[in-house]
Amino acid sequence: MLILTCPHCGVTAEETELALGGEAHLKRYGPGDSDEQFEAYMFARKNPKGVHFERWRHAYGCGKWFIAARCTVTLEVFGTYPAQTARPPADLLAAIRAKRPSADLSDWDAATPEDAQ
Amino acid sequence: MKRYSVFAVAREALRWHTGWERAWRSPQPKSRYDVVVIGAGGHGLATAYYLGKNFGITNVAVIEKGWLGGGNTGRNTTIIRSNYLQDPSAAIYDKALQLYEGLSQDLNYNVMFSPRGLLMLAQTHHEVRGYKRTVHANLLQGVATEWIEPAKVKELVPIINIDGPRYPVLGALYQARGGTARHDAVAWGYARACSAMGMDIIQQCEVTGIRTANGAVQGIDTARGAIDCGKLAIVVAGHSSVLAGMAGFRLPIESMALQALVSEPIKPCMDVVVMANTVHGYMSQSDKGEMVIGGGTDGFNNYTQRGSWQHVEETVRALIETFPMISRLKMLRQWGGIVDMTGDRSPILSATPVGNIFVNCGWGTGGFKAIPGSGWAMAELVAKGTPGPLAAEFGLNRFREGRFIDESVAAGVAH
Ligand SMILES: Cc1cc2nc3c(=O)[nH]c(=O)nc-3n(C[C@H](O)[C@H](O)[C@H](O)COP(=O)(O)OP(=O)(O)OC[C@H]3O[C@@H](n4cnc5c(N)ncnc54)[C@H](O)[C@@H]3O)c2cc1C
Ligand SMILES: [Zn+2]
Repeated sequence: MLILTCPHCGVTAEETELALGGEAHLKRYGPGDSDEQFEAYMFARKNPKGVHFERWRHAYGCGKWFIAARCTVTLEVFGTYPAQTARPPADLLAAIRAKRPSADLSDWDAATPEDAQ
Repeated sequence: MKRYSVFAVAREALRWHTGWERAWRSPQPKSRYDVVVIGAGGHGLATAYYLGKNFGITNVAVIEKGWLGGGNTGRNTTIIRSNYLQDPSAAIYDKALQLYEGLSQDLNYNVMFSPRGLLMLAQTHHEVRGYKRTVHANLLQGVATEWIEPAKVKELVPIINIDGPRYPVLGALYQARGGTARHDAVAWGYARACSAMGMDIIQQCEVTGIRTANGAVQGIDTARGAIDCGKLAIVVAGHSSVLAGMAGFRLPIESMALQALVSEPIKPCMDVVVMANTVHGYMSQSDKGEMVIGGGTDGFNNYTQRGSWQHVEETVRALIETFPMISRLKMLRQWGGIVDMTGDRSPILSATPVGNIFVNCGWGTGGFKAIPGSGWAMAELVAKGTPGPLAAEFGLNRFREGRFIDESVAAGVAH
C-alpha cells in the first residue's frame, strides 16, 4: 500500500484515499503550437524506471492536488509538495541525488528552460 | 530438431527416455545479426519465428535479460478471445486466434489451446448496451460472437449467482471460440521452433544500451558484450519506455503492476472463462483444478512486479458475490507483472524516430491472446520496413494524428 503525506492538510493518506494524475511538470502547449508539441504534452511520457515525479489528488480528503517524488523500483517516497510548484524544490532534489546518485535528474539541472526565461 | 510425436514417445519409453534433446540451444552471442529482437516473451519470440517462417530471415537473435517467457507471458491468466469493438483490433486479435487454433501443429509443440468458450458478463444496463453493440460490430467484422440471456449464462456456468443484490447478471457477450492456452508452452514452442531455424536465443543477457549513427541503429550493448544488428525490434512490454529511452525517444506508455492469483485445486466446476468487467474480476479453472483469478491494474507507475493487497481484495470481493462457492477457497499463490498501458488501450506496432528500430508494445493487460497475430504482423513490419494491413493502424503516428483505436470503453478492464 502506497502511503503519501498530503502537503496541504498534512494527512498521511493511503493509496485508496488518493487519485493519480499522471506525470508532473509537463510542459503545456496551446493554440498555435505544432502537432509534435501537442503529442509530447499529451502522450509522450518518461515512465521512468527509478525516480518519478507525479501528480496526485487527495480525493477522499482535502481534495487538493500535490506532487509526489518516488521511486518506481523500490516504491520509496522521497517527498511531496503542492502542485502549484513549477519545479521540484531544491532541497528535495538534493535529498534524491544523495540517495540515488545515478538517477537522471537532468531536467532539473540549474539551467532548465523555465529558469532561463 | 527431432519432432515430437506418438512414435517419439513410444521410442523413448523403450529406452528409458535417454534420447530427448534440449528444446533449444543456448549459444554464445555472435558479433552481428541481421535482426536482433529484444525480449524473449511471447511477442518477441513470435516475431522471430514469423521472420524466419514467412520471410526467410533466420540470422536473428532474441536477447532476454531473464529467462524466456519469464515476463508477462509467464505471469498471465491466459485468456484468449477476439471479440473487440474496433475493426483494426478485431483483425489482429482474430488473426491471432486463427493462428492459435493451429499453433500446436504448426510448432510441433502442444500449447494446450483450449477453446472452451468465453463469457463477458453484463452487470449494468450500460454494459448490456455496450456488449450488444460489440456483438453487432463483430458480426460486421466476421467474428462470431453472440448475446446470451441470463438463463443461458446459468446453464453454461452453473456455479454463478445470476441475481446478486448489487450486480445481477443481465446477460453476457459469448464467444464460443474463445478460451485459454498454456502460457509457458506458447513461449517454449516458439523458442524451440526459432532455435530449430538456427536463430540464437540468448538468455540472462540484459540490453544496457542502443548504439545509433546517422539516425539509424548500429547495434546494442549487453551484459555479454556489444552486438551489431541491421534491424532492431524492441518487444519488452513493461520495459518499453526504458529501451526507448536508450534509443533517445519517448513512448505513450505507462508501466503498471497487474496482479493475478490462483486457488487450491478443486474438482472441475467451471468449463468456460468468465469475465466480469464491472466488478473488475475474471476467473477460469486450470487443467490442474486451480481457480485462476485476475482483476484490474494497480493504479500507479510501478516496476516492482508486485502489487498492493487492496487490489487483490477488491477483485476477490467482487468475484465472491458472483461466485458464492469460492468464498471458502484458499488462495495458493499471488503475483504481479508489469504491463505497458497506452491511453487508448490498443497496442503499438510501429517504426520509430530512429531508422531500423521498430517497437511492438502497449499490449497492456491483454496481449497473451494476441501473440501469434502480433508476431505475424511485426515480422512483416520488420522485414519490409513498412507495416502490412494488420499493423498499419497501430503506428505511433496515431497519437499525433488523433486516430485512436479506443478499446478502453469496450474492454473496461484487463484484456
Ligand atoms: C497478471 C497478468 C494477467 C494477464 N492476463 C492476460 C490474459 O488473461 N489474457 C491476455 O491476453 N493477456 C493477459 N495479460 C497480458 C499479457 O501477459 C501480455 O500482454 C503479454 O504476455 C506480453 O508479452 P510480451 O512478449 O510483449 O512481454 P513479456 O512476456 O513481458 O516479455 C518481455 C521480455 O522482455 C524482457 N526484457 C525487458 N527489458 C529487457 C532488457 N533491457 N534486455 C533484455 N530483455 C529485456 C523481459 O525480461 C521479458 O521477458 C496479463 C498480464 C499479467 C501481468
Ligand atoms: Zn490533503
